[in-house]
Amino acid sequence: MTLAVPVQALFGQVLIGLINGSFYALLSLGLAIIFGLLNVINFCHGALYMLGAFVAWFLLEKTGLGYWPALLLAPLIVGAFGIFIERLLLKRLAGLDPLYGLLLTFGIVLFLQGLFSNWFGSSGMPYDMPKQLQGGQALPFMFLPNYRVWVVGISLVVCLGVWAIIERTRLGSRLRAATENAPLVSAFGIDVPRLVTVTYALGVALAALAGVLAAPIYRVSPLMGADLIIVVFAVVVIGGMGSILGSIVTGFGLGVLEGLTKVFYPEASNTVIFVVMAVVLLIRPAGLFGRQT
Amino acid sequence: MKTFAVATFAVATIAVATAARADFTDGVIKIGVLNDASGLYADLSGKGGMVAAQMAVDEMGGKIGKTPIELIYADHQNKPDIGAGIARQWFDADHVDAIVDVPTSSVALAVAQVVKEKNKVFLANGPGTSDLTGSKCSPNTVHWAYDTYALANVTGKATVLSGGKTWFFLTADYAFGQALERDTTKVVEANGGKILGGVKHPLNTSDFSSFLLQAQSSGANVVGLANAGGDTINSIKAAHEFGLTKGGQKLAGLLIFLTDIHSLGLDTAQGLLFSSSFYWDRDAKTRAWSKKFAEKYNGRMPTMVQAGVYASVLHYLKTLKATQADGDGKAVVDAMKKMPTDDNLFGKGTIRADGRKIHSFYLYEAKKPSESKSEWDLYKLVKEIPGDQAFRPLTEGGCSMVSAAK
Amino acid sequence: MIKSQRVPIAIMVLLIAVSPFFVYKVFLERALCFALFACAFNMLLGYSGLLSFGHALFFGGASYFAANAASQWGWSPTPALLLGTVAAGLLGTVVGLLAIRRQGIYFAMITLALAQMFYFFCLRADFTGGENGIQGVPAGKLFHFIDLENPWAAYWTVAGVFLLGFAILHRAVHSPFGQVLKAIRENEPRAISLGYDADRYKLIAFIISATLSGLAGATKVLVFHQASLTDVYWGTSGEVILMCLLGGVGTTFGPIAGAVFLIALENYLAQLGSWVTVVQGAIFIICVLAFRRGLFGELSRVLKREL
Repeated sequence: MTLAVPVQALFGQVLIGLINGSFYALLSLGLAIIFGLLNVINFCHGALYMLGAFVAWFLLEKTGLGYWPALLLAPLIVGAFGIFIERLLLKRLAGLDPLYGLLLTFGIVLFLQGLFSNWFGSSGMPYDMPKQLQGGQALPFMFLPNYRVWVVGISLVVCLGVWAIIERTRLGSRLRAATENAPLVSAFGIDVPRLVTVTYALGVALAALAGVLAAPIYRVSPLMGADLIIVVFAVVVIGGMGSILGSIVTGFGLGVLEGLTKVFYPEASNTVIFVVMAVVLLIRPAGLFGRQT
Repeated sequence: MKTFAVATFAVATIAVATAARADFTDGVIKIGVLNDASGLYADLSGKGGMVAAQMAVDEMGGKIGKTPIELIYADHQNKPDIGAGIARQWFDADHVDAIVDVPTSSVALAVAQVVKEKNKVFLANGPGTSDLTGSKCSPNTVHWAYDTYALANVTGKATVLSGGKTWFFLTADYAFGQALERDTTKVVEANGGKILGGVKHPLNTSDFSSFLLQAQSSGANVVGLANAGGDTINSIKAAHEFGLTKGGQKLAGLLIFLTDIHSLGLDTAQGLLFSSSFYWDRDAKTRAWSKKFAEKYNGRMPTMVQAGVYASVLHYLKTLKATQADGDGKAVVDAMKKMPTDDNLFGKGTIRADGRKIHSFYLYEAKKPSESKSEWDLYKLVKEIPGDQAFRPLTEGGCSMVSAAK
Repeated sequence: MIKSQRVPIAIMVLLIAVSPFFVYKVFLERALCFALFACAFNMLLGYSGLLSFGHALFFGGASYFAANAASQWGWSPTPALLLGTVAAGLLGTVVGLLAIRRQGIYFAMITLALAQMFYFFCLRADFTGGENGIQGVPAGKLFHFIDLENPWAAYWTVAGVFLLGFAILHRAVHSPFGQVLKAIRENEPRAISLGYDADRYKLIAFIISATLSGLAGATKVLVFHQASLTDVYWGTSGEVILMCLLGGVGTTFGPIAGAVFLIALENYLAQLGSWVTVVQGAIFIICVLAFRRGLFGELSRVLKREL
């Protein structure tokens, strides 16, 4: 353990922590939205994140469309794929024990990850950073790569945007109502199945967006979502599934915590989030922001 | 009539005698090529290893006497349990006599154990750990292409002597990285350098940002990359992203393959100093062989490991031709050690008592983009170091077979 | 109930006795270890209704303890096996206490997260050898005279361990304790209102399941002479779930059939690398959508007997 830490290391690791936190926030937000309405734990969230990155890579390789169009297209394309999954597969499990949803989406993960590993190998492909975001600022306390700052910024904007849609718009209020009482909402003439499909697609699109953001940093690899999704599960358990704002705050917060751990106690950096989860479970089983059901 | 009978009898006797002489188990000589087909080490050998092995088999005519030579391939996915499981099955159920390649030192160590247990032959080319001929040496192992000691001795020494006095390591946290860090530390300290610290990263890491930050804050002259393949490529890219070289620090790529430089591109890789036992463009003989290899492998030039696969399989087969038996792995390896080696890729050399193949090692520098005339024209030679100076002296490895001989 | 299973059990024992004469023994040993693992897991999923996504923790954790005992500390096989099993039981107690606090989906996610935490711990720890794993574990002599290097001795030992574990699980499930578990699975509030401490029963079931999973893991070490990270990775947790699902959750023989099938599949597709995962994923999807009862579940329905 080191207590005498150079400022550069501290700021640097906190920044990296914020970046990780951005991905945790984006993904746990999507998971929370999907769980809220479908009562399904979308295990394949990590695989859909991977698909987003692959679509971006594919767009670049085959059509020459770069990063900026990919930011919009990948979520749309993967979102459409999400609609396909929901309509074809998940709908058949409506009414069954939610554990079946977990198992089905786990199967989808294995299928997608295996398929992509066969096609592309498991170590992944490079994806270049967009020229506009290359380079960085040489600040007195650290060298700040531009791209990484962009990732944190855009994630914050998207997360808060989604929160605003859900908490402040008519669509969002219908969504929230359908979570509470679907039959009643459909009695009002609102097409609940379509709402469910749209919700799933939205959650999936968020995952895909995260994938595109990750592509230049983490390389585009079939297994990029595999270990990430488990950390996101822990984030969701800690934050509690009830609150949208809760998952955003928890995501970023845990990312920063991880970064700080890397500075002071690097050996524990992989496990600190799980340790926090264990502690939260003992003290407040519903999660930090969760509602007791 | 009598002459006919005598002649038939004579021919029959000779036939029986020659058949009896050739003692190849299961009537076939089967060599298994085991490496990483799709992961972070796929480029340095992968399916190209199979191509190289096949070239050696073809050169021997595809058979020894009447016994055919067969090749079989498997992907160990860089996991010791999978690699050892495949080796075991190959020996128990598939009549395999020798295993060649096996990058990823932890897998190689596991496979070496199985080979020793079953008394077969292991021609190690992919793995780096010098323990294969040191503390974990075995009478059934031949370690061919390179090892961590030679890398440390050549690249490490050259870097220290050119001004890189203080070091910080970025180490892949498994047998290979640990061995490379250990061997390089010895060399650096022996030449007046100092190790300021290091950080260990998991195998197959894609994001090196937090590790590089630690390297930067250490203030060391040199950031030593004790990793390989995909990990090295990612480390170098991240170093550029975080302005490591702008801050005055140097990168030392302790194990770099042709395919790494090719993947990075000379813009990023130029000036990198590294060592290798083989380069396709070194002389007329290596060029001729490499062009043939490239024709069979999508125009890709061979790496040091693929060259080693070819050369070691060739020597193995030549030895089998002389011994006419492959059942006793230890006996075959002993015969390989007695016969001096000579091929177009590594020149003349020998295999020592501890299994270490001795040949020259070369210090290379990655060319500047302006200096490169073709896609694979990537290296320029800095120095040649003869084998007896590059590799660890026989008595220093801690190999039990060596002290026993004394 | 047990009477109607005498014939199937006899058939199973016969198959175990006869197959090594036709099939590669090491493959059978692997299948038996995983069959025991799957049966232990089934006790939790099938009979208690608890989906744990982190059982690799117990399977792999036990294998590390056993491997260390046998290679580093020079223990003989029996104490090493026992150590692995007991260690798994202790780990099961800790994880169970934490996970039982939540239900259903949360329970699954918590077990997954805790198992992943253990995986990262194993990745960095010295005593596991990290990425290298523990290699070259000596087989030793069971009870000081059965030489486990001998392929036949090794096989009969593994078969013996499997049958012992199977017997324990079978007994536990077909006992008053097992009946209470079923009651809790069917309708927990009603079971509680009848005076049963549901949490305590679930915890005990969890610990039994963990302990026997550990036994399977420790036995695997003695057969394969190594312990590695694969055994504690979530992929292994997923595999055992698939074995139960495919074979039939809550059936006696389903997990065994599922295990044998999947190990055979892995073997057959091994040359093709990642296709194993693709096929596993496809089987998962098909089973969940259309084949929820699994092989022996459907067979039970057709033959109208408990299998």
